[in-house]
Amino acid sequence: MAKINEGLLYCESHEWVKVDGNVAIIGVSDFAQEEMGDITYVDLPSEGDTVTAGEDFGALESVKASSELYSPVSGTVIAVNSELEDAPEKVNEDPYASWIIKVEMSDTKELDALMNASSYAEIAK
Amino acid sequence: MSDTIKTTCLHDKHLALGAKMSPFAGFDMPIQYSSITEEHNAVRKAVGVFDVSHMGEIFVSGPDAESFVNHIFTNDVRGMEDGHILYGMMCYPDGGVVDDLLVYKEFEQDHYLLVVNAANIDKDDEWLRSNAAGYDVVIDNQSEAWGQLAVQGPGSEDEIVSLLGIDGTEAEEEIRNLKFYTFADAEDDKGNRVIISRTGYTGEDGYEIYATPDNINYLWDELMSDGVAPCGLGCRDTLRFEAGLPLYGDELSAEISPVMAGLSMFCKLDKPEFVGKEALASQKAEGAPRKLVGIELHDVAIPRAGYPVELEDGTQVGVVTTGYHSISLDRSICFALVDSKVSALGTPLWIRIRKKVFPGEVVKKRFYQTNYKK
Repeated sequence: MAKINEGLLYCESHEWVKVDGNVAIIGVSDFAQEEMGDITYVDLPSEGDTVTAGEDFGALESVKASSELYSPVSGTVIAVNSELEDAPEKVNEDPYASWIIKVEMSDTKELDALMNASSYAEIAK
Repeated sequence: MSDTIKTTCLHDKHLALGAKMSPFAGFDMPIQYSSITEEHNAVRKAVGVFDVSHMGEIFVSGPDAESFVNHIFTNDVRGMEDGHILYGMMCYPDGGVVDDLLVYKEFEQDHYLLVVNAANIDKDDEWLRSNAAGYDVVIDNQSEAWGQLAVQGPGSEDEIVSLLGIDGTEAEEEIRNLKFYTFADAEDDKGNRVIISRTGYTGEDGYEIYATPDNINYLWDELMSDGVAPCGLGCRDTLRFEAGLPLYGDELSAEISPVMAGLSMFCKLDKPEFVGKEALASQKAEGAPRKLVGIELHDVAIPRAGYPVELEDGTQVGVVTTGYHSISLDRSICFALVDSKVSALGTPLWIRIRKKVFPGEVVKKRFYQTNYKK
């Protein structure tokens, strides 16, 4: 059973969001990393890039396939987890600690479209 | 043809092991049991076993068997020794590939076994029949009666000796001395045939065993209790890719001829005739318009099937057919079908990956140094 952390928001493409004021911290769920298998590379955006809700901002590469990362919110990338460049396996090991980007949100109302943990549990299986 | 998904004789065992299952070639097949990387490394460094029971076995016999097989096969079976195996293709008249296959010369005169890809069994059976007019042959598709295991890796020779319980017997010598691309016959106590060939699809030493579903189940259980790693189709692809081996559908197809794929050595153009000979000969003489190459990227970005291959100015000159970040070599590499003009070793090429373009160059397709028992 994939772990689903309470207190986070989720989207259908299996990213999670932790809200910290007007900053969204974004990663992928345990379900997503299990589905992908060994993650070998994380394609990260750059700080200062603009992201749009529902559009891809990067990708995770496993041995067998690449899987695009979709931003749950719109805004500006204010931090990327560059530790994942050298240690992409951290996403497998602890997907909820291994955040990928932090986004300064341009419209926090977009969060209303995301799922809470119990709704997400319905699709992550 | 049935719309329902097929299963191999080991399907229940895969489920019990908790394998990740996925449809492949019409069969519900294990993709991985633990992780692709672990299974890949088990085969490179120790020994692993694959369920390849989905593969097809078509037997051809009769007074004209040799000339018939030679008619539909690109390699040359004339004068093949009993117990020997050849790799080659069946081609359409235009040089496109019906399938790539192994031909086993049986220990009986005028008898051959054709081992074909699972996805192509029905198509191949029809192709053989439709080309058999005027040949006195019997074509017998026994694919559903046979299971198949591939035991692969540097430890496979010792494992097979222990698995078959032939320590200290003459059979042990025979199995240990089998050369790459030869096979031996055995029987179980009920007289069921078992075929053991020194073949594989991993770039490592290894054996493939063809037997009844009951025997395949027995052998699988023995291999599991010996601690042999069960390996799924995920690492079968990473292993064959590193070894420079093509997969039908990706590197060979009705549109990709063996000449384009760099497999001319398996097309004997000095044979009197075979289906596709004229087209392949003219592609060879005039140069094929497209060629399959290896490309290595200078960055760690990973090329995947379908990604465009470009020149520096953005002109598309080809497409990736298979790509990985190689597990054994730690390099970002792929096979790509490109315009022949840019196929020379060392040619700089770029691959478009999502929104960015990454530089690389043409390299040899055999990325990994194979370890066959020659």
